[in-house]
Amino acid sequence: MNDPRFHLALRMGDNSLILAQQNSKWCGHAPTLEEDIALANVSLDLMGHAQMWLGLAANIEAKGRTADELAFLRDTQEFRNALLCERPNIDFATTLVRQYLFDAWHLEQLGLLCAGSDISVVEIAQKAFVEVQYHRQRSSSLVIKLGDGSAESHTRIQNALESLWPYFGSLFENSDNDYILFKAGISELPASLRTRVVEQLSADCGQSTLTLPDSLFYHKGAVQGHHTENLGYILAEMQYLQRTYPSSNW
Amino acid sequence: MNVVSVRSIVEAVLDPEIPALTLGDLGVIRDVREGKNGFEIDVTPTYSGCPATRVIHEMISEALIKAQVNHFDIKKVLSPVWTTSWISQIGKAKLEAYGIAPPNPGKSGPKSCPQCKSGSLSQISIFGSTPCQALWRCEDCLEPFNYFKCL
Repeated sequence: MNDPRFHLALRMGDNSLILAQQNSKWCGHAPTLEEDIALANVSLDLMGHAQMWLGLAANIEAKGRTADELAFLRDTQEFRNALLCERPNIDFATTLVRQYLFDAWHLEQLGLLCAGSDISVVEIAQKAFVEVQYHRQRSSSLVIKLGDGSAESHTRIQNALESLWPYFGSLFENSDNDYILFKAGISELPASLRTRVVEQLSADCGQSTLTLPDSLFYHKGAVQGHHTENLGYILAEMQYLQRTYPSSNW
Repeated sequence: MNVVSVRSIVEAVLDPEIPALTLGDLGVIRDVREGKNGFEIDVTPTYSGCPATRVIHEMISEALIKAQVNHFDIKKVLSPVWTTSWISQIGKAKLEAYGIAPPNPGKSGPKSCPQCKSGSLSQISIFGSTPCQALWRCEDCLEPFNYFKCL
């Protein structure tokens, strides 16, 4: 597929889809009812964004594939989500911090896409932007509260930050397509967002006694479809029905 | 049947999640026009992942077929983006009468309790029973109530 917008739509869609799938596993299991509802609602929004992005990717590709087929009939190496999104849930702190890091990047990225030159991208970005503002507000206020909470909550949030940090950088990895998109005025280079996003995270950490890791190291390769083993397990569960009963419908 | 009457049929359809509001009150009907193959209706979704979006399209179809309008096409349009400021003044009054505090732009929460009108309120949950609502409580009458989140 030569149109670089296909790759952008796929990357945005896969990020939202995989994170929504991971968060939705908490439905009925979150530590409090309010958090259970919040996680399910955030997942629902992200699933809606994934539907729009993958729908756009399918339109651009014009091979008759639908958003559903892109979601349920691709293999791990064809997914373009950042490694952060596929990290296992582990505990509530890891889930929350994963969402928190993602939201900070997501809001910045959508804001820039809203100012881009391609109308089909701008429309989806504007739609998602207003909802992601709400996500960012929730995850940052909770991370600040828990970071500055009990010794136990502080330790758990701090550990989660450190364990997710080497995967967070995956959101900012440039691919060859990104240079084409940048020249066309459709999107900024992913790596160029990092400084601004990290500044916002540092400001939050300053309010919450957390220490933001400063390492620049991160696991590369997601933009070429090199994923961690966990994505295979996620897809095995998510795609089970379509793989077992091809073309089945509601 | 002309465009004006088709529009009024479509706008009178009730929202499936909050049946106190019509689609007209909600501000999701963006255009109704006559095309080559019948009427074309542009509908915008409220929240991206809201399961009601599909139901809304089905309910519009049902209402039109009932009114013997058989040739139409419902299109999903994304822009201009729907926000809570698209809800009409009448819609906001209907929400309050239904027991849901209407969106309060520029503020972090509702203006007053929809039951007793007290302004002494606290948030219970940032998300609620549907994607568009948060849960609040009145500190005076102690009733919990839904707040239509401000987008």
